[in-house]
Amino acid sequence: MKTKLTVNNKPVSVQFSPTDRLLDVLRNNGFSEVKEGCRDGECGACVVLLNGKLVNSCQVLAASAMDATVTTVKGLEKDKAAPIQEAFVDAGAVQCGFCTPGMVLATYALLQENPAPDTRQIQQALDGNLCRCTGYVKIIEAVQLAAERTNSHE
Amino acid sequence: MNKKFNTVGKSVRKIDSLSLAKGNALFTDDFQLKDALHISILYSPHAHAEILSIDTTDALAIPGVIRIFHHENVPRVLHTTAGQGFPEPSAYDTAMFDKTMRFVGDRVAAVAAETKEAANAAVKAIKVEYRELPPLFDPETAMDKDAPQLHGEDAKMPIPVKYDASRNLAAEVEIKFGDLDKGFQEADFILEDTFHTQYAAHCAIEPHTSAAYLDERGRLVIITATQVPFHVRRIVSRVLDIPIRDIRVIKPRIGGGFGGKQEVFLEQLVGLSTWSTGRPSRIYLTRPEVFVSSRTRHPMRVTLKTGVKNDGEITALEMDALMNNGAYGSHALTVLSNGGSKVLPLFNKIKNIRFIGHTVYTNLPVGGAYRGYGASQTYFALNQHIDMVARKTGQDLISFVKKWHIKVGETSPVFQALGEGKEGVAQIIKSCGLDECLDKGAAAIGWYEKRGKRIKSAPGKVRGVGLSVSMQGSGIPKIDMGSASMKMNEDGSFNLYIGATDLGTGSDTILAQIAAETLDIPVENIIVLSSDTDLTPFDVGAYASSTTYISGAAVKKCAAKVREQILGVAAKMLNAKPDELKVNESVVTHAESGKSLTYADICTYAMYSNDQFQIQASASNIAPESPPPFIAQFAEVEVDLRTGKIRVLKFVSAVDCGQPINPALAEGQVEGAVVNGLSYALTEDYLFDSKGRMTNPRFWDFKIFTTKDLPEMETILVNSYEETGPYGAKSVGEIAINGPIPAIANAFFDATGVRLYETPYTPERVWKRLKEENRLEN
Repeated sequence: MKTKLTVNNKPVSVQFSPTDRLLDVLRNNGFSEVKEGCRDGECGACVVLLNGKLVNSCQVLAASAMDATVTTVKGLEKDKAAPIQEAFVDAGAVQCGFCTPGMVLATYALLQENPAPDTRQIQQALDGNLCRCTGYVKIIEAVQLAAERTNSHE
Repeated sequence: MNKKFNTVGKSVRKIDSLSLAKGNALFTDDFQLKDALHISILYSPHAHAEILSIDTTDALAIPGVIRIFHHENVPRVLHTTAGQGFPEPSAYDTAMFDKTMRFVGDRVAAVAAETKEAANAAVKAIKVEYRELPPLFDPETAMDKDAPQLHGEDAKMPIPVKYDASRNLAAEVEIKFGDLDKGFQEADFILEDTFHTQYAAHCAIEPHTSAAYLDERGRLVIITATQVPFHVRRIVSRVLDIPIRDIRVIKPRIGGGFGGKQEVFLEQLVGLSTWSTGRPSRIYLTRPEVFVSSRTRHPMRVTLKTGVKNDGEITALEMDALMNNGAYGSHALTVLSNGGSKVLPLFNKIKNIRFIGHTVYTNLPVGGAYRGYGASQTYFALNQHIDMVARKTGQDLISFVKKWHIKVGETSPVFQALGEGKEGVAQIIKSCGLDECLDKGAAAIGWYEKRGKRIKSAPGKVRGVGLSVSMQGSGIPKIDMGSASMKMNEDGSFNLYIGATDLGTGSDTILAQIAAETLDIPVENIIVLSSDTDLTPFDVGAYASSTTYISGAAVKKCAAKVREQILGVAAKMLNAKPDELKVNESVVTHAESGKSLTYADICTYAMYSNDQFQIQASASNIAPESPPPFIAQFAEVEVDLRTGKIRVLKFVSAVDCGQPINPALAEGQVEGAVVNGLSYALTEDYLFDSKGRMTNPRFWDFKIFTTKDLPEMETILVNSYEETGPYGAKSVGEIAINGPIPAIANAFFDATGVRLYETPYTPERVWKRLKEENRLEN
């Protein structure tokens, strides 16, 4: 199948088979920031925003995303994403970094809905993103820091 | 020790973290290789079987299938997949493809095809005829006379140590001091218990993956998610019979390792595919493949016998460990040894000691290196006995540990007796902050307020607190080698080339900090290139908690040589003597004349003006000893006496890792290891059916912790300085995984009066124990 996807606000011509998942199509077309950790919808390394909603791209058939807009970590609005990324760096929340694009997207989605989440809400929102390096402690601190910085700027 | 540092001791930004957060950093599978072949593997469905025939006719007929590799067309070169130094202290018992299948997940064949789909279809189309053999699942019976034998006479240890394939014995270790019988006779009471730990997976979020291509000169380039690029080069060279000079191994960013990526088992496969077809090749394991066919934490049975006097003095201690290595002998000897060598010296006043260990083969998944490396398994036993001794002799556990643990100026005969599969190296402890760890940790958990109180927090729920203490090492003494080279650029920046492998730990950053400290420059002025066998000098790689201590010292030596050259040039430029010069933040000043030069001036002069040369140096480092970091870890748990569910409410780790080079990264090592250890203690397990098949090879079914499972966490880095370490540093990468299993068990006892002898502490297992001891409530 051949179609056009809108990825990070740009049209992308892609070719795929009917059973391909959005994750495969994205990675095959150079969006290597979308990571594959399990292909089971369990780890969150492959999350993207599909029409603005956080989804595991390994659980989405590419064909079903034909008319949708897809946003990877590289396509986030810079003024909203940068404080999150900087907070992850400053909090020491990035170790191997394989989960980090997904963590940043999950944080972005959370802060869109809830600009000032408490610890419990952060834990709830990031529950679908696995990290084996950090023990999550500094990731949760990073989300708090990102929220504080974003809110103090507004 | 309040040493003054510029960069060391500061939580500078991890140098690759922003590019990772932005999604720019490249991992192995992110490199675009044009027209790469995809490799898929056919695995054995049987735990123990002989392949009678392989028919690849149909599979090869599938469009896009290029090559199928199996035991009939690939030379059988026995090797170990353990990425260790040379000669490896692990048995050469593994072939890339073999006629005998030794576990469900063993490798039958590999297909290289134009697409992943074609490769997967071909895997399904290969026809294999097996003759099933009786499987061996129980390590306790592995050495019995009538047990099935897994390996033939050709399997051998490359070093002269005990190994007997005819008895399924992959390793044996024994050390003895004093007079054990006399020690037990002197005891007023003897504790004897048996503890079991389970199989566990590393669960690095990036699966194992490797890629290969031929460069323009026909050399084999392997990009791979490895902790040991130089060992990869050596092992691939031997297995594929390709000269080392024709192999280049590059480790890009890698998505976690924890020991799992110290195994070399995919690189020879992509190497074989590329070397034989000339085409780029890649493999990316699925998550179930990682669980089943990569490496695991060895399960262990530990029987501990402890003789004690009524005043608490331990008169004799005998530890008998049986380790299950699964189908192949990766790390069989050294993980077993480590279970003694990193554990027994902690209570060094015990005069009569015996450690006896056996590692056996079974038809189950293969053990390998895993953070903690055997010590995590045996500390489970030791820490519960210490808790029992303190309780039975009416002493506060913290005071008891303080009295008996190893201290500065002391040694243990175990250091010399037991090393990396052979004799170890004697050493005297030069730094030990364990007492401070105990005090600060106790305060943080509220030890004296909560211990022994059995607080009922809700109907059917009771709370308790427990402690675990442990030590680890800092590299393997006289074996591990790290090296570094540096060159200076005319803007006053420096390229730092290190063989050391950053697997997400931040070692690139802390090695840059060590260089920056030595040269008195901001860390931004160090440009790090690591882990490329063509470009960087040798390093054994990231294992045995070695990088900060071993490679860090190499970087410090190297930077000191560079600094000397800088001062030499500056002296010439200023008509001064080098020892009259002072360096402050990239500026060299001659106090007498009041003249100063920037590093940029000096390098520019050296490159372009007179007697031109490149300011550059290299250095290697081995360590004559392996100073242990120490840790005290405290758990507060709440036990549901109706369901057997244990909830960890708070977990405190107080660690002495010497001077932390980067406190945030050191804390991150502790926090990551603790949470890994918590789910190892409570939820993670390999479940097998009666045929030896793992039935839960998924994150959720194996169950690693998520954000929602976290207890309140506190990490304390105590004040410490190790004089033999670079800027006072010791290791911190592994130690913190030792604590959760024993600390939770001891906290559970504090709450319930019931001992746990088997991990993981799932509700059903705990419920059974509570029922056995009549502690269940309705």
